[in-house]
Amino acid sequence: MTQIISAVFIVGGTGLVFGCILAFASFIFKVDEDTRIELILTELPGANCGACGFAGCAAYAAAVVSGQAGMSACTVGKQPTAEKIAAIMGSTPEAATAMTAEVLCGGTCTLAKNKYDYSGISDCIAANKLSGGAKSCPFGCLGLGSCVRVCQFGAIVIQDGIAVIDKDKCVACGKCVVTCPKHIITLMPAKQEYVVKCISTDSAATVNQYCKTGCIACKICEKNCPSSAIMVVDNVAVIDYANCTNCGICAEKCPKKIIYKKEKGEIG
Amino acid sequence: MNILSLFIAALFTENFVMVKFLGICPFLGVSQKKETAIGMGLAVTFVMSIASAITWIVNEFLLKQFDVTYLQTIIFILIIAGLVQFVEMFVKKSMPALYNALGIYLPLITTNCAVLGVTLLNVQHQFNFIESFLYGAFAALGFTLSIVLFAGIRESISEKNIPKCFHGFPIALITAGLMAIAFMGFSGFSI
Repeated sequence: MTQIISAVFIVGGTGLVFGCILAFASFIFKVDEDTRIELILTELPGANCGACGFAGCAAYAAAVVSGQAGMSACTVGKQPTAEKIAAIMGSTPEAATAMTAEVLCGGTCTLAKNKYDYSGISDCIAANKLSGGAKSCPFGCLGLGSCVRVCQFGAIVIQDGIAVIDKDKCVACGKCVVTCPKHIITLMPAKQEYVVKCISTDSAATVNQYCKTGCIACKICEKNCPSSAIMVVDNVAVIDYANCTNCGICAEKCPKKIIYKKEKGEIG
Repeated sequence: MNILSLFIAALFTENFVMVKFLGICPFLGVSQKKETAIGMGLAVTFVMSIASAITWIVNEFLLKQFDVTYLQTIIFILIIAGLVQFVEMFVKKSMPALYNALGIYLPLITTNCAVLGVTLLNVQHQFNFIESFLYGAFAALGFTLSIVLFAGIRESISEKNIPKCFHGFPIALITAGLMAIAFMGFSGFSI
């Protein structure tokens, strides 16, 4: 019994002594830090995703206080966070365009052909090293989920062999954009409702060989657009997001049905 | 054990990083540049020497008196943790550039097995106070020697043409292994 008591007192006593020494030292070695950094840090979402361009939320908070960063750079917190940060800093926030990511491929496993049977690691980056992946289309999404794994917000799923992004969950942190070995994911304004899900610059004859839904550059969309927001460049239709009014005429007229409307939680 | 043989043992024949393989974490983590390596070495030297001294005193006048030497591991870690917190506060106040450069590796000295290792080795070898303090200081000097040498090699390798698959950690680990083999040449050397 005395053994236990003496052990408890010795360990507890040593801990107490050192605690007091450290408390005393923290007064002597006090470093004055701008309190605003701590206040901003509590308002940030704490995801440490790096979308703002800084190494974690703490680094971003420090950068805002030192004037190196804008107040609306947090794409996870979006406008509410920007306003809270501005309130702490004592000014008004700049308006930021909300962005989301989108996978520009509509070649599901039923519509797009494969050039070989791939039975390797379930990773797009690995598959891409073998002649550009199993898909016959050299540009298409390989659907093995490298982007799914890197998304910390659970916004990407694989549906019918291609990646699909839920625009409500996407915070445009940009991680999937850099991970995709096909560079088929891009960031675009969140208000944009129609996307051309193809980036293949091959001619119509070649595209028809490997995909039933790929863009064949027939220019029907270009001729029918009332705002001249869609144009065929390099054998593929491209939408100018600044001019697009989301009228949906191009999607209606497209013979290949490659222009999709972004639905909440799923893709049309 | 005289001072010179302690010195040779701690720095060469029983170098903590190269022979005992203790303290690998900061060794690999802070060795990209010579300046940070020297800074880390100085911090570790301070912690290891003072830790050796304080743990010897506590062991002699507290643990042995009450016959509770089985508490060595816990008490020693407690002392080391407190010391490292102290060093961190001190460095943050007086040398903020070094504090930012060391980053997470400063509190990592606490969990560094080299520091606990040297305090327990002092007990095992039954050193007196002076010997304990000096062994702690020399062991840290050995650590500093290894990390500065490694940083020098890493700095000059980073400019050379290495195969892409070896960039970063792979070539660092290969270098460390080769250095360890080199240090094996000192084994058996004693005064």
